[in-house]
Amino acid sequence: MSIPLAYNLRNLYARKVSTLLTALGIGLVSWVFIFTLALAGGFQAALQSTGSARNAIVIRSGSTAELTSIVPREVAAQVETQPEIARAPDGAPLATHELVVLWNLERKNGTTANVVVRGVTAKSMALRPGVRLLRGRMFRPGLEEVVVGKLLEERMAHCSVGDRIKLAGRQWAIVGVMDAGGTAFDSEIWGDVELFMPVFDRPVYQSVTLRLDEPSHFAALQKRLESDPRMSVAVKREDLFYEAQSATLATLLRGLGFFVTLVMALGAVFGALNTMYAAVGSRTKEIGTLLALGFSRGSILLSFLVESVLLALVGGLIGCAMALPVNGITTSTMNFASFSEIAFRFEVTPAMLLAGIVFAAVMGVVGGFFPSRKAARRVIVEALREA
Amino acid sequence: MKYLRLVLANLLRSKRRTFLTVFSIAVALFLFCTLRTVITSFEAAMRASNATRLVVRHAASLVFPLPLAYRERLAQVPGVTGITYGNWFGGYYQDPKNQFAQFAMDVSTFDALFPECVVSEPEKEAFRAERTACIIGRSLARKYGWKIGDEIPIIGTIFPGEWRFTVRGIYTGATKDVDENTLFFHWDYLDQSLPAGRRSLVGLYWLRIASPDLAPAVSRRVDAIFENSAQPTKTETEKAFQAGFISMLGNVRLLLTIIGSAIVFAILLVTINTMMMAARERTAEIAILKSLGFGDGRILFLVGAEAVLLSLAGGLLGSGLAALVFHESDFTGGGFFPNFRVLPETVVLGLGLALVMGIVSGIVPAIQAARLRVADAIRKVA
Repeated sequence: MSIPLAYNLRNLYARKVSTLLTALGIGLVSWVFIFTLALAGGFQAALQSTGSARNAIVIRSGSTAELTSIVPREVAAQVETQPEIARAPDGAPLATHELVVLWNLERKNGTTANVVVRGVTAKSMALRPGVRLLRGRMFRPGLEEVVVGKLLEERMAHCSVGDRIKLAGRQWAIVGVMDAGGTAFDSEIWGDVELFMPVFDRPVYQSVTLRLDEPSHFAALQKRLESDPRMSVAVKREDLFYEAQSATLATLLRGLGFFVTLVMALGAVFGALNTMYAAVGSRTKEIGTLLALGFSRGSILLSFLVESVLLALVGGLIGCAMALPVNGITTSTMNFASFSEIAFRFEVTPAMLLAGIVFAAVMGVVGGFFPSRKAARRVIVEALREA
Repeated sequence: MKYLRLVLANLLRSKRRTFLTVFSIAVALFLFCTLRTVITSFEAAMRASNATRLVVRHAASLVFPLPLAYRERLAQVPGVTGITYGNWFGGYYQDPKNQFAQFAMDVSTFDALFPECVVSEPEKEAFRAERTACIIGRSLARKYGWKIGDEIPIIGTIFPGEWRFTVRGIYTGATKDVDENTLFFHWDYLDQSLPAGRRSLVGLYWLRIASPDLAPAVSRRVDAIFENSAQPTKTETEKAFQAGFISMLGNVRLLLTIIGSAIVFAILLVTINTMMMAARERTAEIAILKSLGFGDGRILFLVGAEAVLLSLAGGLLGSGLAALVFHESDFTGGGFFPNFRVLPETVVLGLGLALVMGIVSGIVPAIQAARLRVADAIRKVA
């Protein structure tokens, strides 16, 4: 027969302060766990969703990012005539050649950051269905006009519609703000590539992005282009290209998160052990009584273990409750692949919350096992005799 | 101090609890020191920066190079006593994950401007004499097991192809903050290997000035010269230049501080709980001490001292462990932290934090013990 759960609940309630302090301690560990997962997840999601599995990006072979790539005009023109490229409604190939430079801009707090300035074509928007205009209008080709990403507008000084920014010695009117759904494009400035090239003194493009007519045709396109020695280009699936950019930092963040939470969990388990040993110690007489009433040693072990897990679960729930408000907070960091600043949002997913609760429960089991075993091993007579 | 034995005896009575508490505090302080070291290692480059060195780059960003022709004009700017230049190479060894810094530097002027990279005279000569030679930092050499004479293949991302450099020297940092994870090679070798259109371009110029006070004036002078040219410059102290990079890491500092505070707070709660439990179990004893004539103040001190001693032991263990683990460990976190080392002030800060934790966790039980009414306590126990 098992000891009723109400016994454990009442015991936890009887030691309110101690229960709460221990649960809060465990809760904070769960919170740090979820917090770091949400940080790494948000960063990765921002870069991952920047690319699409239906698009391919062509850069110079050997380059790992657009910034270090060079694609001459004639190579770009040749890439854009490949048969695997999907067609726009007007019959033109759905491909764009782009120029990417870094520009140092002032943040709202007065410091500066590198920002990606991208020269785009009329096809660039069509290739990225996730990007849409939030306010204002698109820039007009040939004019000194640009549109900015919405996260850029939030963080940078003088970057709203109607403002002017100075790039390459000229004043550019900001005519629109685009919403790229939290992707890397939200931290970029877009303008006309053909105007950018002479102004930025860049005679070459950095990349060609194209839509595949069939995602399965990627391999054939990659093989043909990469084996052509005159081109010396690398062809990558756009989503994998951006994912690779996030891999190092996301792995580092996750590694740091796991390291910190595991070590911290050790500390919290020590605390839980203390609490449960004290609980067992102060209830020696009760344990003796339970044994005398005929409860088995197994059910006493289980009962104390359940109590410890309950305590930890309260902590896990506190951790989740504290983690929820973190969801959606915007932060920024350097994308090391492009040396530019990228803004992203914390992403707390149900899976992370569940992981946090499971993590707390594991702490409860580990922290409760030895004290529970001690309780279950009591000798009836001695336990009853003790004060 | 005469009560030290009494405090110790109390601590050692429940060895398990003392042990567990000391360890949980040690864990918190270990993590605190580790997280703080993440921040301080980001800033190592700033601490290592030389106050008499200015960095000149293209005003737009590092992506745009400056003409080599600027060299003569920069050298003539009043206040400038030395100049060198170089390019960020941006390559990797075998796999893009193996990242470390490589710079193509003008060999004839490099060592005069960077005295903090210490190389022996014969190695310096060997490096200068050979076009494809390189010198590498001590920890980089240790990490990949490179020795003098080894040929290192580096894959270029900005300058395509595989580049092979022969190690002719291994430098050590003059101070502990100097990054020992960099590879320097000949700028001439890079320049002459490039197609005609990409030659004679310089990523960065470094200027030496006579005194740090001259920095603002010289920077203004330099930038004024090139202000209306096609390639305007931005000149700043090396420290400001490094600070620009660190600021791009965004809120890392804030995020780590939040995590660190959460850890310390969590363990503080656990410790408070333990202290309260410990004091509760000893109600009778405290009552007896009081009836023997111990004053309230002395009881307050005895209970408080126990908590402080426990915390300090944990703090010493945790901070010491962190300093030991990361000492000369060559941990670079995939190249993100080229200089991961626990600073002495981090240890001091950790111990201070442990002291505060001890006082905070001891204060409630100490006050309770001091306020204890002897008659009530003894009656309850009996």
